[in-house]
Amino acid sequence: MLEMLERHMDEVTALVLFGIGFTTLLLNKNLFKKIIGFSMMDSGIYLFLASYGYIESRVAPIYEGGITDPRHYGNPLPAGLVLTGIVVGVSVTAIMLGLTVRLYRRYGTLDMDEIAELVRKEGK
Amino acid sequence: MRMLWWQNIPLFLIVAPLMGAVVCSALKEKAARGVMTALSALTVCGMALVLAFTAARQESCVYPMGEVGAPFGNELRFGAVEGIAGLGFSLVILLSVLGGWRSLTRDVPENKRHLYAAMVCLLTAAMSAMVFTNDLFTAYVFIEITTIASCALISATDHGRTLFGAARYMLMNLLGSGLFLLGVSTLYCLTGHLLFPQLQESVKDLLDRDKYLTPLYLSFVLMTLGIAIKSALYPFHTWLPNAYASTTPTSSALLSSLISKMYIFLLIKIFFRAAGAQVFDRDIRNFLLGFAVAGMVLGSVDAIVERHLSRMVAYSSVAQIGYIFLGISLGTEAGMAAALFHMLVHAAAKCMLFLSAGKLREVSGMGDGFRDVRGAGFRAPLAGAAFAAGACSLVGVPLLGGFPSKIYLAQAGIALGGWRMGVVLAALAVSTALHVMYMLRTAVLLYAGDGDARRPEKSPLRKDPCFTAAMLALLGLNVLLGIGSRPIMEAILQGIALFS
Repeated sequence: MLEMLERHMDEVTALVLFGIGFTTLLLNKNLFKKIIGFSMMDSGIYLFLASYGYIESRVAPIYEGGITDPRHYGNPLPAGLVLTGIVVGVSVTAIMLGLTVRLYRRYGTLDMDEIAELVRKEGK
Repeated sequence: MRMLWWQNIPLFLIVAPLMGAVVCSALKEKAARGVMTALSALTVCGMALVLAFTAARQESCVYPMGEVGAPFGNELRFGAVEGIAGLGFSLVILLSVLGGWRSLTRDVPENKRHLYAAMVCLLTAAMSAMVFTNDLFTAYVFIEITTIASCALISATDHGRTLFGAARYMLMNLLGSGLFLLGVSTLYCLTGHLLFPQLQESVKDLLDRDKYLTPLYLSFVLMTLGIAIKSALYPFHTWLPNAYASTTPTSSALLSSLISKMYIFLLIKIFFRAAGAQVFDRDIRNFLLGFAVAGMVLGSVDAIVERHLSRMVAYSSVAQIGYIFLGISLGTEAGMAAALFHMLVHAAAKCMLFLSAGKLREVSGMGDGFRDVRGAGFRAPLAGAAFAAGACSLVGVPLLGGFPSKIYLAQAGIALGGWRMGVVLAALAVSTALHVMYMLRTAVLLYAGDGDARRPEKSPLRKDPCFTAAMLALLGLNVLLGIGSRPIMEAILQGIALFS
């Protein structure tokens, strides 16, 4: 068990990060902390992907010095995916933060339950 | 293989609206609206062309992006199924934008309307991309683009309830995307592929060698769960009523008849093109069946309890999503065809319902409680008729789209036999009875009331030719789906044969 954990350190860390982020996003009441949770969740997945692309004792996939043997290089594709994922994550975080600012200006709180209560009162 | 000219159309259907979104954000309101409408109309034409060419040649095509083919490149794939779904989706975009713009000028402040147009363009691009893409990660990227665009569409109206609805919507959607991305990553680590055909091969190989079965199933479960959350399958629907009901009618129509359907279309592609029938085995299917039946029945119960017009329509979406998942969960070609057909029917009907509900609310002093809309059918005759027709279609009155679609679902269930046949038929019967209770009751309510309620109010009921045209087109579309269901169904089945 312990040996397996050690062998798959990256994946385990990634999944723990994902779990922490996911539960924060789901259960925390504070909007801002929810956004932090989202960032952690995404980082977990990026770590998962990046560790898949990294291969022990191989170099970064940059063509240099005329070595054409593919076994010399790591896998470039996951890095590309992570990069795309980061861009997506940043834009989603930005729009979520914008929404939070608008909600805070209106209701003066970041607590989702309190906002729900205020919205309900407003509707009546 | 030499590229034929029309095979370039799908790429342009993705790129043109993307460029349009950039252009729109720099234009004034009127010009932006023109660009947006022109692009949606162009998308409808393009989708029709794709459908015509692929159906005539009875084949599906693959378009390698930048001529880098599989397994390294990115691909688009298009056939009859993609053509039909794309045509339906793009018609919904065009008609909801046309029909709802007048209400939108009331709900959205003037300095934001050009941005609204930009978001609609973005949505159009994401729709085309999700329909055509052959690559799982591209699909994920466009899922997120859709999420961003739809959040902007909801929060365009500056009410507290709308903002709160948008925040809830975003949070649930982020959970869904997270699960989906984890599923995609797991699958990629297992197979090393992201293109659907290559994925299917590797998955089949893994199954044959009996290796990594648990993570393989897990990845598909994660993706299904993510999409179920995003498309509001029953237990994950809590974000839906606030988001759908409190915003401007165009946004509600786009959200319920387009965005949730796009995700489901992607799920169908994943199940049947990336996984193959084997992975999608009985356990996952039975789970989905359970959720679908729960949605069909309990979503309707929620709708019965509701006392506001647009919130009731929103809850009925939960029930209708249940119908679509029911078709998918049967796991047969007939079930999938029925699900696709129901997707079109529901899109046409729900778009009409939301737009007309917006109009009915407008003539009832901006209130849409049942007490306010009493007799509203007399104050806005076309909107009332459209609402009644949409309600009848969802109930399953013959000559309208909902009737053949329920028959196809029932047939698919009967063909399966066993206990699942019983579940499907019982769920359809109960859900239809519940639909009668709330949909027809509301339709009757619109024409109830004394003379005072019937008198048209002067101010809000201005001439709105775009709304009239959109409503007539939607009515025509619903009747067309009802009467001409057979050729459409045949085309879908033909496309499915080429699907996997």
